Order: sequence, then structure tokens, then C-alpha cells
Amino acid sequence: MESMAATTRDLLKESVTSLRLLTRNRIGFLGFLGVVFFILLAFVGPSLIPLDTETKVAQIYQPPSWGHPLGTDHQGRDIWSQIVHGGKDLLTVAFLAGLISTFIAVSLGSLSAVVGGAFDSAVMGLTDIVLTIPHFPLLVVLAGFVRLNTVWMLALIIALLAWPSLLRAVRSQVLSLKERDYVEAAVALDLGTRHVVFSEILPNMMSYIAISMIFAMTAAIYAQVGMFFLGLVPFSGNNWGLMINLAWTRGAIFFKDSIYYIMAPVTAIAIFQLVLVSMTRSLEEVFNPRLRAGE
Amino acid sequence: MEGHKGGLRPPNQVIKGGFAPLTPRGADTTLSVQDLWVEYRTRRGTVKAVRGVSLDLCRGEALALIGESGSGKTTLGLSLIRLIPRSARIRAGRVIYRRDGQEYDVLSLGSEDLRQFRWKECAMVFQSALNALNPVLKVWDQVYDTASAHRQAYAHRTRQRALDLLRLVQLDPERVLRSYPHELSGGMRQRVLLAMSLLLDPQVLILDEPTTALDVLTQRAIIDVLRRLRKELEFSLILISHDLSLAAELADRVATMYAGAIVEIGDVYETFYRPRHPYTLGLLRAVPTVTGQMRDLASIPGCPPDLVNMPSGCKFHPRCPYADSRCQEEELELAQVGRGHAAACFHWQQVQYELEAREGA
Amino acid sequence: MTGKLMELDHVSRTFPVGNLRVRAVNNVSLAIERGEILCLVGESGCGKTTTGRIVAGLLKPTAGRILFEGRDIWAMDDKGFKGYRKAVQIVHQDPYASLNPVHSIYKILSAPLFRHGLAVTQQEAQIKIRELLQIVDLTPPEEFLDKYPHQLSGGQRQRISVARALTVNPRFIVADEAVSMVDVSIRVSLLNMLSRLKDQLGVTFLFITHDLALAKYFAWEGRIAVMYLGCIVEVAATPRLINDPSHPYSRALLSALPEADPELTRTKKRVVLRSLDVPSLLDLPSGCTFHPRCPQFREGLCERQAPELAQIGDNRYVACHLVAPGMAS
Repeated sequence: MESMAATTRDLLKESVTSLRLLTRNRIGFLGFLGVVFFILLAFVGPSLIPLDTETKVAQIYQPPSWGHPLGTDHQGRDIWSQIVHGGKDLLTVAFLAGLISTFIAVSLGSLSAVVGGAFDSAVMGLTDIVLTIPHFPLLVVLAGFVRLNTVWMLALIIALLAWPSLLRAVRSQVLSLKERDYVEAAVALDLGTRHVVFSEILPNMMSYIAISMIFAMTAAIYAQVGMFFLGLVPFSGNNWGLMINLAWTRGAIFFKDSIYYIMAPVTAIAIFQLVLVSMTRSLEEVFNPRLRAGE
Repeated sequence: MEGHKGGLRPPNQVIKGGFAPLTPRGADTTLSVQDLWVEYRTRRGTVKAVRGVSLDLCRGEALALIGESGSGKTTLGLSLIRLIPRSARIRAGRVIYRRDGQEYDVLSLGSEDLRQFRWKECAMVFQSALNALNPVLKVWDQVYDTASAHRQAYAHRTRQRALDLLRLVQLDPERVLRSYPHELSGGMRQRVLLAMSLLLDPQVLILDEPTTALDVLTQRAIIDVLRRLRKELEFSLILISHDLSLAAELADRVATMYAGAIVEIGDVYETFYRPRHPYTLGLLRAVPTVTGQMRDLASIPGCPPDLVNMPSGCKFHPRCPYADSRCQEEELELAQVGRGHAAACFHWQQVQYELEAREGA
Repeated sequence: MTGKLMELDHVSRTFPVGNLRVRAVNNVSLAIERGEILCLVGESGCGKTTTGRIVAGLLKPTAGRILFEGRDIWAMDDKGFKGYRKAVQIVHQDPYASLNPVHSIYKILSAPLFRHGLAVTQQEAQIKIRELLQIVDLTPPEEFLDKYPHQLSGGQRQRISVARALTVNPRFIVADEAVSMVDVSIRVSLLNMLSRLKDQLGVTFLFITHDLALAKYFAWEGRIAVMYLGCIVEVAATPRLINDPSHPYSRALLSALPEADPELTRTKKRVVLRSLDVPSLLDLPSGCTFHPRCPQFREGLCERQAPELAQIGDNRYVACHLVAPGMAS
């Protein structure tokens, strides 16, 4: 019991330290707040703001007003409510794709560096092959064969194409960290391979891995939006990519009053990418042991 | 800092008399440092790297700055040619350089003058010198670049000078000039750099840990070469090193630095045989010699001071066996303790007394 | 208890460099007695660090055997080898690279304790770690437990490295230039602490250094082995090697060393070498590898035959045709 209380206290202390470190870099902290905002918008927002599905012929393409902060679409529906409801799937897929590709890259990359030999050669060969495949055309082709209509399926497909460059980076970092004296000392102390990899090597790469995962997420967002925009994914429901596709096919870019329909999702995506990338500036500080120890 | 256009021009102000006990009488000084303060700004606060250093370098003399890491000796060396990093600032003080009866205020030289001053008047070879040569250029091209950057682009004259210098540092000049840096060993590269630093015939050469990364036999070769160069070319030398034996070998005078200040300065024999500051004494007692009987060695207790939060009073007092309440409150300036020998310690007479008693016994 | 604890039996190690093979350690045989200090002295690239890593079981020799208490360590079963791993520890040179920056001192020292069942609860580990910190003179121990490596000075970090090695109660410590990068003023206290480990815990030392003065101070009652280009050229009791070196290379080293005493260092007799250049390990000279630089070089002998390490006196071995004639292999 006592130790559990202690662990909770430690965890709390660590979180407070992390938050304090997040605030050190102003741009990074703004990015962090932005990301929190988007997450709340996409996951909590839908339960507060109902999706407007009713066609109102009298209100087609209205400019922003108090009633419709982002105007209305080609069927007179509120754009703001569509933005609120359209982020969830996009963000989920981005997060899952980032997580899966980072997991593949980190586990295979570090294993490849530690084990070496034929395994390393095989992994590197595979990496080079995946790296040379043109991703977008492949996605287009895949869309014809696989039913990409679930969040998981889409995330998996994107992730399976996104890991190679991170894997190469992880592998070379592990190769260099492996030579450090403290790793050799851990080997001499017979602390085991698992300890060497998870306690000695990986913690020194955490900020790098976290930042890479964020970039993988941004790439996954672009990949999704591209596919939605081209209409390759028979996705039901509502999301920012689909909104752009619809707005585009309805010719929303040609009229002054309809431009909000296409600009709203484009801006949402752009700002979300911006806050994600800004947040990486703070991650470096959060994972730096010098700063963690309060110096 | 205001710059002067054109060649080196003397400053407007008249220089007041230097620090008396630091200059051997009659000798003319090439470089004098007056009450120099240098600080670094870091996350943790201000690092006072050099605190009120005054010192005179005489023509043709070799002065060793000794001290542990973080004593400020490298920062002092860099300040003399104003090569301190961006985060550092010279807060106060003057560096006066003299040549042919003229005086120049180094800290107020303009950028072009400063460029001429470095290399031509006062050259420095750095600690990481082994990587200082450009790996993709042959040695000759680098020599030529250095010369032409200082408007001495007469290829044949530069070449002749380079050949002479390389011969002086005991290298085969033709072979070395045709080589790429990676084709030379560490000791050879260090000698090439020494030769290059002397290419423009500077009056002052600053060496920062010149032999630290080198092997014993290579180190010996560098020491011998330096001695020979000094004899032939008669420049003044500032030797920055944590290695007491190097100072014993090459220096005419030795200055001990601690926490950014010079705590003792004097003739090399005086400093080594009759140290008066407890820190110098402690350093000497901490270093074993190979030849002769086993001596009793002792470390100085504690750690070097934190330059952000320095102790009050004498910065050495937390580690000093002689310290009393006075040392905790007041920091003493250098004061004469012998001929051409100054120390900054309240208890120097006690140090002397104990040393003499020990030798008598 | 006396007797051989560690024995190197004709140990060699080569490394591939491009298409060539570099011989970093060449046919080294050494025996280290229980409770002894053996100093391995030589310049950079002479193979002393490789030898140290081989002794610590971190590197497998390409030829020869390492015997620990008479048993070949690379012929041991898994359990035996694990026991060896714990019995032999290494202390590295660079205090800034030998501790993982992301872990606190408590974490660094407790990991081996938990792993090997030397402590089960946090309390046990705390007690053990306090003891260890006291042994390495880091007092009061409480002050260090929650610190991170970057908050300690170089000397303190080296002490933590030693404490980490001590967690598994080793009988043998390889100290690879363990004090070279520490400030001069505190080196001696580190050496004294290591000596105390020898006296109090009975630890045997292989002390690797390039600094003969340190070797003299630390191993005055032990022996010094001088290495040159992968070979041992001389082994003798420390006072004899320092005061009366036999091999021309040992003599050159001792005479070249500057001393922290102006009178002594300026009047020292120097051995003048025939060449300043150190031969490349990729292109070693024939015969005795020191012959291109050796002032006592004898043509027709030294460049033809490699000398073997031969006994020339009581517990004294030299590999030189001129000092120990007629011993050529």
C-alpha cells in the first residue's frame, strides 16, 4: 500500500515537473495548448454541439454570422458544427498511424541494431524497399482492393508505409548509444538485454522518438486528407477531408460567399498541423534529464 | 566597442602604470592585462570566469597559466585575442599590446584590426588543435590561405617561410605540405599547427593545453620543438595547462589560477620550490613525479568551486587547511611575497614557515 | 591467499579494418596474483584498453585463453560465465560518458542490486547503497541518492562508477585510465580510495594508464607491464621498472616524461629516438616493432626476428634481443 502511494506521489511529481518544463518554451507551450484545444474540440465538442444535418434551402452559402460562425454549406447546414464533428476520425487515425509506425520503427530499429548480422541486413533490405515505393499511388491502388472504411484499417495502411525513415534514424542512434561506456558497464554487470535496451538506450532517445511520432502524425493527416479529397476512401460520416472533397466538387472555391465552406476545413487542418509541430519544441525540454532534475 | 579604421592605431588614452610586483624590473612588456573581468551567461546564472586579472607578459618570456578545469585559464587566454564565445562578455578591464614603442588597446580594436592582430601579432593554438586542420585541403593550401587572408600572398615568400618553420618543428617540409591532414599523425598535425601559427611572425603565442591529447614521446617532441622555436624566433609564450610538469619544463614564470583569479604568480623556481599560496602548494603535493623516491602525496579536499555560486571571501577557503574567519569574509589581492613573486593569501607566511620547517627536518 | 587469479595465455585480438586486419593485441601472456595490482602502461593505440576489455570479458580474444581461477572463461557454461561477469568489473576513463544521464544515482546503483537479488525491497537497496557510497567516500550518502550525474563533479562521478562496480562484490577490477580525466588536485584521493578497496575488500586490480607517474604511485607494491604496439615489452616490480628500466622503450618513456619539478625536468637525461613517428598498426615493422625508433637498434637482428618476453632476473621479463640475448623465437 505504502509503495503504491509513493508511486502515485512520484507520478504526480513527475507530471507537475513535465508541465512546468512544457511552459519553458513559449511557442512549444502555445502549441501544447493548441493541441489540447483540438482534442477537446474533436472529442468533447460533438456532445455539446449537435451536428446540423437539416437541409435549409433558404440558407445556402451564408457568410459567417452569430448563428453560423463559419457560415453555411451548399445545403444551408452550419459549417461550424461540421468542423466540430469532423475532427474525431482524422485525429484518431493520425494518432494511431503515428503510434503504430513509431512502434514498428523503434522496436525493429533498435532490435536490428542490437542483434546485428543477418537480421539487421534483412530489416535494412525491407526498409529500403518500402522507402522506394511511391506511397501515394500505392495507397490509391490499395484503396481499390481493401475496404478502407474503418479507422483501424486506414491507420494501419498509412502506418505500414510510414515507418522506414524513422527506423533508419533509430537504428543509427542505437548503434551509437550502444558503444557508450554506461552500456558497456551494464553489460559487465550482467543487467540483461532488456535492461540495456529499455533502461539504458531508449530513455536517451525519448525526445527524439516523441518528436518523430508527432511528425509521423502530421504526415498521416496529409495522407488521409489527400485520399479523402480524391474520394478514394468510401468513408461514411463527417470529416475535414470529406468536407474539402464536397466543397471542391460543389465548386465552393468560385464564389465569395461559399469560400468559407472550403476554407474552414483547410484552415482547421493547417492550424492543427502547426500546433502539433510547435509542440515538439517543448518536448526536448520535457525529456532532458538536466531540466527534469531541476537545474 | 569603437573600431579604428586602417592599420593598428594606438588608443587615445594614456595607460596608467601596470601592476607593480608582476613585472620584473627593467623588462619591457609585450602584453599587459589590467583588471580584466569576463562573465558567461548561462541558464543557471552568471558564471564569473575571469575576476580581476592583472598581469604583464614580458618580451620573449614564457608564462604558464596553471589551474584546474574551470579555473578560468582558457577564458583568460581567449579574452586576450577576443575570441570568447557569444555568451561571454568582457565586463571590465584592459588588454594593452605593445610593439615598436606603440600601445594598442586590444579590447577596442575594430574588426579588421582585430583580424590583423590575431595571427600577425598574437596567435593562439587551441586545445582541440588536432581537428583544427581542414580535412579536404592539403596542408600547403591551408598555409597559403592563412597567409593570403592577412595580405601576405606572395606565394614564394610564404612558401619559403613555411618550409623554414616546418623544418624547425622537425618535419619533412616538402612531404608535409603535399599531404592531407589525415595522412599525418596527431603529433605531426600538432607540429604543423605550431608552424602555421608562427607563419606571420607573431610576437605572442598562446598555447592552450598543447600536449594534453598526445602521447609521452610525442609530447616530448613538441616540448623540444617549442623550446627550439622560442630560442630561434624569440616570441613570448603564454602556456595554458593543467599539467604542472609542462609548466616546470617550459615556463619562465608561472601564474596559478583559481576560481577566475590569479592567486599566485612568480618565477618558475620560486613557485615550484617556494610556493606561498596554499592552493599552489596543494597542487604540487598532489602530483607524483616519476624520478626519485616516493613522495607523500595528498589531494586537496573538496571540489573546485561552483563559478555561479562562489564562496564568500577567499574562494579557496572551503578547501584550505589554513583558512580562518578572516578568509571567509575578505578576499585578498595579490601582494608581494618574494622577489618577483606575489600571492593572494593572508597566511602566506605560515605556508612559508611550515615549508621551511619541513625541509629543515 | 595467493596464487594466480587471472591469467592471459597467448592472447591476441585482431579487428577488421576494410580488407585488412589490425592486430590490436599480439600474443600477450600475463598472470595476475590474487590481491595484486598490475599496471598496464603504454601510449594510445598500444592495445592496453583492448587488453582490459578482453580481461573484463567484454571482448572475445581471437586467439589464446583467459583463465580465471584456472578456468577458461570462454569455455565456461552460461552460469559460470555469468559468475565471471560479476566477479570482474570495469571502471571507465570518461566520467562524463560512464553514467547514464537519464538516471538518478539511486537508480544507477540499485539496478544491479535488484537484478542479482542482492536487495529485494527498496529499504534494503537504500541501506546497501548508503554503504557503497560511504566506501567510495561520498558522504553524507543521502545527499547523492536523488542527484543526477550532471549534478556531480568529475571526481564524484568516478566514485559513483566505482560504487556501481562494487554493487556485485567483484574480486577483480579493471580500471581503464580511471583517474586520467579527473582534476589533478583530486586524483590522489581517488587513487587512495582504490588502494583501500584492495586492502579492505581484497580486490585485485588491473590498472591501465598512460601515465607512469600514476602507475608508480598506485602500484608501488605491485608490478608494471609496459605495452608497445600490441605486445608486452617489459614486466617488472614497480620500483625496479621505474628506477632501472631495461627495455629501450621503457627507458625512452621514462626519460621523456616531464616532471613537476623544474630543476629535475630540465636536467633529466633524455633518450634520443631514431624516429619520432609511431608506426601504423596496419603496417607494423618487421621483427621487433620498436626497431625503427630504437636507439640500440642492431642491424641484421632486430628487424629480422621478433624477440620473445624472456626472464632476465627475479620476476622480471623483457622482450629485447640486446637486453635478453639468445632468446629469439
